[in-house]
Amino acid sequence: MDTIIETVNLTRRYGRQTAVTGLNLQVKKGEIFGFLGPNGAGKTTTLLMLLGLSRPTEGTATVCGLDPVRMAREVKRLVGYLPENVGFYREMDAVQSLEYVASLNGFEGAGARKKIEELLDLVGLGEESGKKTAAFSRGMKQRLGVAEVLIKDPQVLFLDEPTLGLDPEGAVQLINLIQTLNREKGMTVLLSSHNLHQVQKISHRVGIMIDGKLIAEGSIDSLAEEKFGLDQKEYSLEEIYMKYFQEV
Amino acid sequence: MQGLYAVFRKELQDHLSSYRFVILFALISMVSFITSYMAAVHMRENLEALASTRFPFLMLFSTPGAVFSMVQFVAFFGPLIGLILGFDAINRERAQGTLIKVISQPIYRDAVINGKFLAGVATITLMLVAIVLVISGFGLALVGVVPGIEEIWRLFIYLVISIFYISFWLGLSILFSILFRSIATSALASVALWIFLSFFVSLGAEVVANAVAPIDRQDEVRPEAVLENAQVKGMVSLTSPMVLYTDATATIIDPMRKTTRSIILMGPMEELLSARFQNPLSLGQSIIIVLPHIMALMAITLICFSVSYLVFMLQEVRT
Repeated sequence: MDTIIETVNLTRRYGRQTAVTGLNLQVKKGEIFGFLGPNGAGKTTTLLMLLGLSRPTEGTATVCGLDPVRMAREVKRLVGYLPENVGFYREMDAVQSLEYVASLNGFEGAGARKKIEELLDLVGLGEESGKKTAAFSRGMKQRLGVAEVLIKDPQVLFLDEPTLGLDPEGAVQLINLIQTLNREKGMTVLLSSHNLHQVQKISHRVGIMIDGKLIAEGSIDSLAEEKFGLDQKEYSLEEIYMKYFQEV
Repeated sequence: MQGLYAVFRKELQDHLSSYRFVILFALISMVSFITSYMAAVHMRENLEALASTRFPFLMLFSTPGAVFSMVQFVAFFGPLIGLILGFDAINRERAQGTLIKVISQPIYRDAVINGKFLAGVATITLMLVAIVLVISGFGLALVGVVPGIEEIWRLFIYLVISIFYISFWLGLSILFSILFRSIATSALASVALWIFLSFFVSLGAEVVANAVAPIDRQDEVRPEAVLENAQVKGMVSLTSPMVLYTDATATIIDPMRKTTRSIILMGPMEELLSARFQNPLSLGQSIIIVLPHIMALMAITLICFSVSYLVFMLQEVRT
């Protein structure tokens, strides 16, 4: 499989603090990559650098063959980013909100409207399309956020804690939606999450980041093999994660 | 460009449908009505005496009817329009988490701030043009004078200067909305600076002038000392955009005025001129007199916006 995201020695410092240190990451086309790590480990900073929204102090990144520092706009055309705690304009309803994002992407008119309807049905908000976003529940907001990200038909999805604060049912629906998008449209997904169970369920490979450093990368099986040896057949991502975490 | 236009359209829509715009517009049009009505009534009563002036139409805007004229009103309270349109431009989006979403779309980052500034300027333009047109119509009906070509030109220039003046305050409040994360802080900071620059600078100018060039009242007053004092005072008070604006519009809206200086600072020829010749200046001459003021006003507006632009472009997107 081709590599779609690659970073070489990517580093970001804020004054004296180092958020990301010498990150060498490779994400392959068409996979779901679980990006794990405690709060403040530098996951969001990494995502922002990959999008060209934050400038790396050192090192380079390549996303879809483009350098996000110099070609930020082109990268953002191909990559959909769902930030943690995505916000909406309170006075707009779901359709207006999507229309605004569509217009920022240069989509207007009947084509855009048709696409918006499809997306609202896809994320299960077809009934709620006329409701103001201020009245949306957390789960509905998260789903609307996904619809907004999908409007540009991205090749790559960056999802930052998409299931945080969702009820179990909503979280499962969202995870299933991500899996569907990956399987049916071949989207590469970079998923940052604390919910290890869900990550284990859908990720092809995972990376564990602690204190700005990527300390492990690979498929869950290979990480388990490294930590527990071949003889242990039953393991959860949680056990692997805690093992790595205690070693640091 | 696609991003700029999308942001501009959305912001303009927001402005025009917001309560604050409606309230502001109602307030300002009400006051403008009252002042110009008073001016018109006053003019009608004294039309005989005013018949000598060649520009009765402009007097609708420049004559203080009851308390102040329309022009003075814009000088005093125009800044509030700019402040109210801009004080939460960036920090509200930051607080509700929409800023990061917007700039992660395929647009240049400056489209956000340019779009917001231009939408504010468009709103200001709309407001001012509407008010000037309504007052003109009002004046036509009440006084029955028809504006000449030159008066229309002068009003047009007055409008352009006013738009720049209010846009300066818009730029300033947008700058504060970038610098301060809290909406209340940025609102307070912009209002504080407005009060300081508009009302306290003139007081401060007097203090500075008396400190730098004191007039000794004990001995006989030296004319040079009085002159110097007035010069210093004039210089310091020009740091207030309101003074700058008042001066810039003075000769434009009142063709009979031939200088922005106070009587003390006039040269002998200027004094002679204003005493002897009761003819209005031509438009070109009026503009030449206040050209430095107009340029300075445009410059501070552009500088203010450029600073906001730079700060916004260099700022981290997170938190």
